[in-house]
Amino acid sequence: MATKSKGRLIDEMVLQCGQDPAECFQCAKCSAACPVTAAMDLLPHQVIRYLQLGLEEELVNSKTPWICASCFTCAARCPRDLDLARMMEGIRLTLLRRREGNKFGPADLTAEQLAKLPQQALVSGFRKYNK
Amino acid sequence: MRYRYFPGCTLKGQAKNMENTTMAAAKALGIELVELDQWQCCGAVYPLYEDELISLLSPVRTLAAAEGEPLVSLCAACHHVLKRAQDLMQRNEDARNKVTDYLEIDYQGEGRVLHFLEVLRDDLGFDKLAEMIKKPLEGRKIAAYYGCLLLRPSKAMQFDNPENPTIMEDLIKALGAEVVKTPYRTECCGAYLSVTEEAVARDTVSRIIDSARSAGAEALITACPLCRYNLENCASQEGKEPVKVYYFSELLAEAMGLQFDQLMSAALERRRNKDGN
Repeated sequence: MATKSKGRLIDEMVLQCGQDPAECFQCAKCSAACPVTAAMDLLPHQVIRYLQLGLEEELVNSKTPWICASCFTCAARCPRDLDLARMMEGIRLTLLRRREGNKFGPADLTAEQLAKLPQQALVSGFRKYNK
Repeated sequence: MRYRYFPGCTLKGQAKNMENTTMAAAKALGIELVELDQWQCCGAVYPLYEDELISLLSPVRTLAAAEGEPLVSLCAACHHVLKRAQDLMQRNEDARNKVTDYLEIDYQGEGRVLHFLEVLRDDLGFDKLAEMIKKPLEGRKIAAYYGCLLLRPSKAMQFDNPENPTIMEDLIKALGAEVVKTPYRTECCGAYLSVTEEAVARDTVSRIIDSARSAGAEALITACPLCRYNLENCASQEGKEPVKVYYFSELLAEAMGLQFDQLMSAALERRRNKDGN
């Protein structure tokens, strides 16, 4: 994995999500609330645990941040008022910026998708998976 | 009642019918929606990364362009981005200074930012709306589908109770239809995952549609073009009683007795006004 040497990825993930993972007491309400856990390899509360423990490699390789659709249900249910959607974005965008790779682009779309998808889907998809 | 109106990209494309039906209904209700000049895309998603201020330039420019008048949008995503951008401008002086300095504008977070549903509830009133309904949707069993963006995060959105909202059900009642409540009405449809991880969106959408069907709904209403796309395209309804999906404004226009030619004339009038400007 080619990364620019600008300190540890995980420090940037935590800094840029604007949340303190240490405040989480692992009640897992976020994981109970999340509608897309079936497709995740780490459950949402496990992502916070990994952030607490500094397990960078595991987070870099996890599918979970890319499955999160920023529906904000986790944040709405969190008894500690943590915004897990921001933590997922912290992980995603740090990886997109530091690894200099876009996850998804116009070339990945079929002609049929381009004709049918609402403009909003294209803009939000490119915004979430590109930098 | 006069408002500035921000359409957003999808309302001029795939969701044109949401705009046409809303405009015709608004006109009949005495609600004036004046489209902003030279508006630009809101960005579709609100930036969640601390230093991602560049994504706020477009929504803040839009907020300032309303010049203190109430600003209305129809697309749930546009409303979400504009409302949260305004919330940040009110709360965070550092972000406000950076964004407004860059844009060379003076904006302190002022002005009401409303979804059209809020205009119907708070400014017109559902009681008044019910009196103006010409063709009540009697016997129709309609479920509300809220999704995420109008409701959450509730501190910034201030739209309705995030766990037990009523605004769309109150609209359905005002239109004379029967309200069907479904347990998945505030759950995510999968959003842009239908573009990148379609299997995940199929899963979320099927739960929503199946629960609406088993609750006895013949149709769902939504205020989000992406929700509508996912609900219509990602659920397999083969061999099952179909559950239709409408924009809330389509049923509103229908209940107000607006016909196709009135919808078209509202659209043409808007075009003429725009060309005249």
